[in-house]
Amino acid sequence: MSMIRESDRSRIATLAADPQDRGGPGTSLLSVRGLIKHFGRTAGLFSQRRSVVRAVDGIDFEVAKGETLGIVGESGCGKSTTARLIMQIIVPDAGDILFDGEEVGSHALSLGEFRQQAQMVFQDSYSSLNPRLTVEDTIAFGPRVHGLSRRTAIARAHDLLHRVGLEPSRFAGCYPHEISGGQRQRVNIARSLALEPRLLILDEAVSALDKSVEAQVLNLLLDLKEEFGLTFIFISHDLNVVRFMSDRVMVMYLGKVAEVGPAESILALPRHPYTQALLASMPSMDPDNRTQEAPVSGDPPNPINPPSGCRFHPRCKVVATLCAHSEPAPHDVGAGHLAACHLANPESGHPRLAAA
Amino acid sequence: MAAIADALTRVPVKASRGYWTGVVARLARDPTAMVALTIILVIVAAAILAPLIAPADPYKGSMIRRLRPIGFPGYPLGSDELGRDMLTRLIYGGRLSLFIGVAPVICAFVIGSSVGIFAGYLGGRINTLLMRIIDVFFAFPSVLLAIALSGALGAGIFNSIVSLTIVFVPQIARVAESVTTQIRSRDYVEAARISGAGPVTIVRVHVLGNVLGPIFVYATGLISVSMILASGLSFLGLGVKPPDPEWGLMLNTLRTAIYTQPLVAALPGVMIFLTSISFNLFSDGLRSAMEVKQ
Amino acid sequence: MPLYILRRVLYVLPVAIGVSIICFLLVHLAPGDPLTAVMPIDATAEQQAEMRRAYGFDQPLPIQYGIWLWKVLHGDLGNSIATGRPVLAEVRRAVGNTLILASVATVIGFTFGTFFGFVAGYFRNSPLDKAASALSVFGVSVPHYWLGIVLVIIFSAQLGWLPPTGAGPDGSGNWRPDLEHLRYIILPAITMSVIPMGIIARTVRALVAEILAQEFVQALRAKGLSEWGVFKHVVTNAAPTALAVMGLQLGYLLGGSILIETVFAWPGTGFLLNAAIFQRDLPLLQGTILVLAMFFVMLNLVVDVFQTALDPRIQRS
Repeated sequence: MSMIRESDRSRIATLAADPQDRGGPGTSLLSVRGLIKHFGRTAGLFSQRRSVVRAVDGIDFEVAKGETLGIVGESGCGKSTTARLIMQIIVPDAGDILFDGEEVGSHALSLGEFRQQAQMVFQDSYSSLNPRLTVEDTIAFGPRVHGLSRRTAIARAHDLLHRVGLEPSRFAGCYPHEISGGQRQRVNIARSLALEPRLLILDEAVSALDKSVEAQVLNLLLDLKEEFGLTFIFISHDLNVVRFMSDRVMVMYLGKVAEVGPAESILALPRHPYTQALLASMPSMDPDNRTQEAPVSGDPPNPINPPSGCRFHPRCKVVATLCAHSEPAPHDVGAGHLAACHLANPESGHPRLAAA
Repeated sequence: MAAIADALTRVPVKASRGYWTGVVARLARDPTAMVALTIILVIVAAAILAPLIAPADPYKGSMIRRLRPIGFPGYPLGSDELGRDMLTRLIYGGRLSLFIGVAPVICAFVIGSSVGIFAGYLGGRINTLLMRIIDVFFAFPSVLLAIALSGALGAGIFNSIVSLTIVFVPQIARVAESVTTQIRSRDYVEAARISGAGPVTIVRVHVLGNVLGPIFVYATGLISVSMILASGLSFLGLGVKPPDPEWGLMLNTLRTAIYTQPLVAALPGVMIFLTSISFNLFSDGLRSAMEVKQ
Repeated sequence: MPLYILRRVLYVLPVAIGVSIICFLLVHLAPGDPLTAVMPIDATAEQQAEMRRAYGFDQPLPIQYGIWLWKVLHGDLGNSIATGRPVLAEVRRAVGNTLILASVATVIGFTFGTFFGFVAGYFRNSPLDKAASALSVFGVSVPHYWLGIVLVIIFSAQLGWLPPTGAGPDGSGNWRPDLEHLRYIILPAITMSVIPMGIIARTVRALVAEILAQEFVQALRAKGLSEWGVFKHVVTNAAPTALAVMGLQLGYLLGGSILIETVFAWPGTGFLLNAAIFQRDLPLLQGTILVLAMFFVMLNLVVDVFQTALDPRIQRS
């Protein structure tokens, strides 16, 4: 399923000149099918009831070249696990991951080759940097592992530092504890670019920063994306940030995709009740526009024993008996916008559809 | 806006310092630790320079000048039950006491760290298996295990070092495994894996530097215990054999003198105590210096 | 919860087996043929071979272990070479004395240790804290066998108030809790209590300081809870860990009593070990170590279960 919008065609054209490109503009950079990961306690001596955490329970999505896919959801929805599954830090239980048309870990694309083309920026700026290494050594580590000489790697590190707005002459020899959170996150970004990747996964990369610093870093990311021709997967729980950064948005709930589609479409006209609730719960800037009632009722989700049928049904305002029995598949509601809700599918038999 | 942009590129206040430089600086400002370190260095220096500074021959006794008190002419700290000069014996005794106290800790540090880091980094079944084996050794109180091993192997310096090493390896391995497991799940280790580095490189660059510090501090804390145990083994006759001078052994042979020359009889123990408490205080100071949140 | 206890008990089994293997191997660690320890020097070759078969030394190691283990489980720890009496009987006699000494020492150590620890933790960074901390460092740094000798010098040799050695007026007899024997236990118990006192003081100090610094304590104070109330709260929170440490210290004292018992000629397991080592009485050595180690393992288990019972957080796992 190709989701290339008109506005991206020029960007795609420049990508076509990318020497690392293998699949051409029509191929998604990342294609994920049926990704599953369960964490469970298997037998110990006299194991207690098997508490299996269904962190990611069968998701499909695509990321086109040059776009930013935003992934939103509450804690426990599986977005961070998804990031780690893509990066193969955690081994998936099932599912296919195709990068530029080739299966990751296969003969065509080994894990090592994949790791040079996809990188990740973590949330905690402090714990993602080795406190014993200087900034330049941290950035140079990746290139050195891949065979560059120390001099070349350090030179590249300095260049990247400059590009992320940290003057190398001042910052290259610093240790992580000597610089601020925003500066550390810039170092993290520089490190992730050191291997010249094509895909960058940003896992809550700005969530821990102060708002003013966050704005600076987001703008930096957009500039770098343009400059290096990158593709982003931007994970966040903050809808405003996602709206700012993303071309397309994917909403996750309890390990499954609730809704996915172009950013404007999802945020202006959400079709899944969960997305609607998320958007409604964002406090408005307008003092006259107060949120009167809680948009979502019930307890926050527990991925250990997910509800039957549609996972959102216990908290859904428009729930019907159908929803508890049958899990809705993502249904295309037009222009590449899919929603996994019976209400979005005119043939589902949801009682409210008949009334409409 | 300008202020924010400025803040982002602001130069850090002090010149960049390595971690260990900071530790040393903090340590230097800790009076207890510094005093303890001085005492340790003095004792070590005395032990090394023994032939140069000792007034007499540690093996040469005199039957007529046995058990002389402290301050007796020619015997500044008295003489022992065979008429040998106490000051000399104490200085020479430091050599063996320090050796049998410190050597096991060094050996255990090397072996224990290797095992612990290996188990900690690999995780999973190998970790569980190794830690279970180590748990078996933990099932013995240290003193008992040391004595059991020494008793079985027989007396002698080498044997007592071996038994004490076996006693300490599980302790150090456990600390090493615990710290390595913590570090292993840190984001920067994951980031290193994503960069495509192999396990050996990751351990060398990212794990070792962060793990050896805490293990080392633990090991220095063990030295005081080790000295007390090692001298204790000699006290029981399981370590150093007479006529070699060693503080624990001297305590034993001087026991009969507690009625006649109690002060002299107690002297070797004073040395053990002094060394042990100095190592303890220094180790505590080192731990504080390393724990400062940055 | 009972399931958790069952699991803990089952986990102990492999450890116990491992311990027994180590005890078994001790004898074979000894340099030279284990047979030389049990035989007269002038035995002929036939006598040697016969002895070898009788003791089972001609069998492969695992089988020897199996036979040995079988006997142990039936209460047969062999006979002491020196006295000829069953090892179990010797150990049983000695264990009582050591248990009494270790228990008294633990109680003393615990009492003073918690007192110093509390004072230090409550009045952090005050001179009281420094003094209490100094005492606890002293406790863990002092060679206890030397301390014993010093105390004997002061209270026995110089002042003559207390006896220097033995458990009772009749020499190596067992200790009984009566007035006559009371004087004999004082010095050994105090000497033995110093290390646990130091460790418990350090632990309690850290615990108390940590609890007091926690935010919910400040919240309690803000709500108007009296100092006595806060104190009770601190005690309840610190008690499980403190008691657990005490239990472990008792275990260490049981196992490590040999040094003190040698100094004071106290007729306990430590003293027995000493004799066994010097007489190369390997069955006695092996049996005593096995019993002491098993004691320690059981004690650890009890402490573990006890801590679980008291700490609701662990229970839920």
